[in-house]
Amino acid sequence: MDDLYRDYILDHYKRPRNFGELDPHDLEALEHNPLCGDELGVHIVVKDDRIEDLRFHGHGCAISQASASIASEELKGMTLDEVSELGADWMIDLLGIPVSATRRKCALLNLKVVRGAVTGDHAWPV
Amino acid sequence: MPPVAESTLGVRADFPILARSFDGRPLIYLDSGATSQKPQAVIDAVADHLAAHNSNVHRGVYPLAQEADAAFEGARAEIAAFVGADARTTVFTKNATEAINLVAYSWGDANLGAGDAVLITQMEHHANLVPWQMLCRRRGAELRYLEVDERGELSLDALDAELARGDVRLVAFAHVSNVLGTINPVAEMVSHIRAAGAVSLIDGAQAVPQMAVDVNEIGADFYAWTGHKALGPTGIGVLHGSPALLEQMEPFLTGGDMIASVDFQDVTWNELPWKFEAGTPPVAEAVGLAAAVRYLSALGMDRVREHEQALTEYMLDALATVPGLRAVGPPGTHGRGGLVSFTLEGIHPHDIAELCSRDGVCIRAGHHCAQPLMRCLGVGATARASVGVYNDCADIDVLVSALLGAREVFAL
Repeated sequence: MDDLYRDYILDHYKRPRNFGELDPHDLEALEHNPLCGDELGVHIVVKDDRIEDLRFHGHGCAISQASASIASEELKGMTLDEVSELGADWMIDLLGIPVSATRRKCALLNLKVVRGAVTGDHAWPV
Repeated sequence: MPPVAESTLGVRADFPILARSFDGRPLIYLDSGATSQKPQAVIDAVADHLAAHNSNVHRGVYPLAQEADAAFEGARAEIAAFVGADARTTVFTKNATEAINLVAYSWGDANLGAGDAVLITQMEHHANLVPWQMLCRRRGAELRYLEVDERGELSLDALDAELARGDVRLVAFAHVSNVLGTINPVAEMVSHIRAAGAVSLIDGAQAVPQMAVDVNEIGADFYAWTGHKALGPTGIGVLHGSPALLEQMEPFLTGGDMIASVDFQDVTWNELPWKFEAGTPPVAEAVGLAAAVRYLSALGMDRVREHEQALTEYMLDALATVPGLRAVGPPGTHGRGGLVSFTLEGIHPHDIAELCSRDGVCIRAGHHCAQPLMRCLGVGATARASVGVYNDCADIDVLVSALLGAREVFAL
């Protein structure tokens, strides 16, 4: 089996969870990966300071799409404070595959978008 | 032309890096559109210069300085002659990007104003797009684009229509597109532009490494290219300009070496080409680039083009056997340089490149510094395989088998 392109990664890539749009939504953000031109946006519905629902939209590689899909299932129900504390390691651990330095931004794009929507901080997660 | 399947220049052994392997797989380098690998002759020329002839230029009176001067100005003469240009109007820059910026600032700021337009094309690399965007923003001018048709080509009629509007002061365009591979009819475009009284600039970064280019024959006012894509070192670009325009223009960068005399309040500029070369120039890089053009001349640029055209034809045919693969750019190879950009249904270009690299194959994936063009093509990114003098058909075979393997990994 391939180290990077494991079955569950390909499954999330081909059938991404929580993709689409949410209208109305409370928070949104759109980010680009300047390396490859990939684009990922998010719509978030907030209730009682928690993410009640969210949807990603955009296009990207298997790593970026699978990361967003996998993260989306964890992000639902988190408080906005919890989301703002999430760092790169959270995402990389959740993904569970060895991500090379050049693909790191692919894996982190979704967290950058979500944190941008929640905190207004558009820096890459560290 | 030799039978396509055998097309090779037999020079692979001249490029030491191609002896490398990754995880036991020999390096298959198909990213020459990004940068070329270097023959031993270039590596030796740079090393020999640094080991035996290094000194600053245009300053010293001692013999070593005279050697460095001779090496640097000799390199300029050789590099200029390689593309049919005069040494006096051949300016060294850091890269093609800086060469284009030089024109945008030095010519553009002095000659462009509100009501004027700059015309570029939808197939431009960011290097030949952003400097014009910035210039138009500074001067309140309009930036317009020539469309790329579904074959990946430009239309001379559309160019004429734009020129007929009467406000176009400069037209900038690629000789060979780094995404589509399109070889534009540059000499014809220049004659239309000249007839309309506008200035022309050609980005020749992709063209000079792969075909005979005669800038004098093409006749553009400015022609920019870069050393590292043409078997030379990084850190050196080349701008050929019309003597009349270069004479009129103010310098772009200022400092040492580009002045005739300086007092506390005033300065007079050095003569061409040194007026445009502020500070210590890329001396070892020029020596290396001269060795590169000597190497290419010995191969013969017509042979290089013939070889790369045959290889590209082989590649287009081979890629067509991969299910779900869509190649972009002009049909056939007559009007196409040595590259093919493509998408593979169900696999993002980044993943294609990653999986190819497992077989030792280096290809580029992404927007290729041409995001507006990507939007025209309706894709976010493509994968791109580009060939050089050292590639042969066996390299293409490995690429194709890697692509078929990628489809298997993705269970397609």
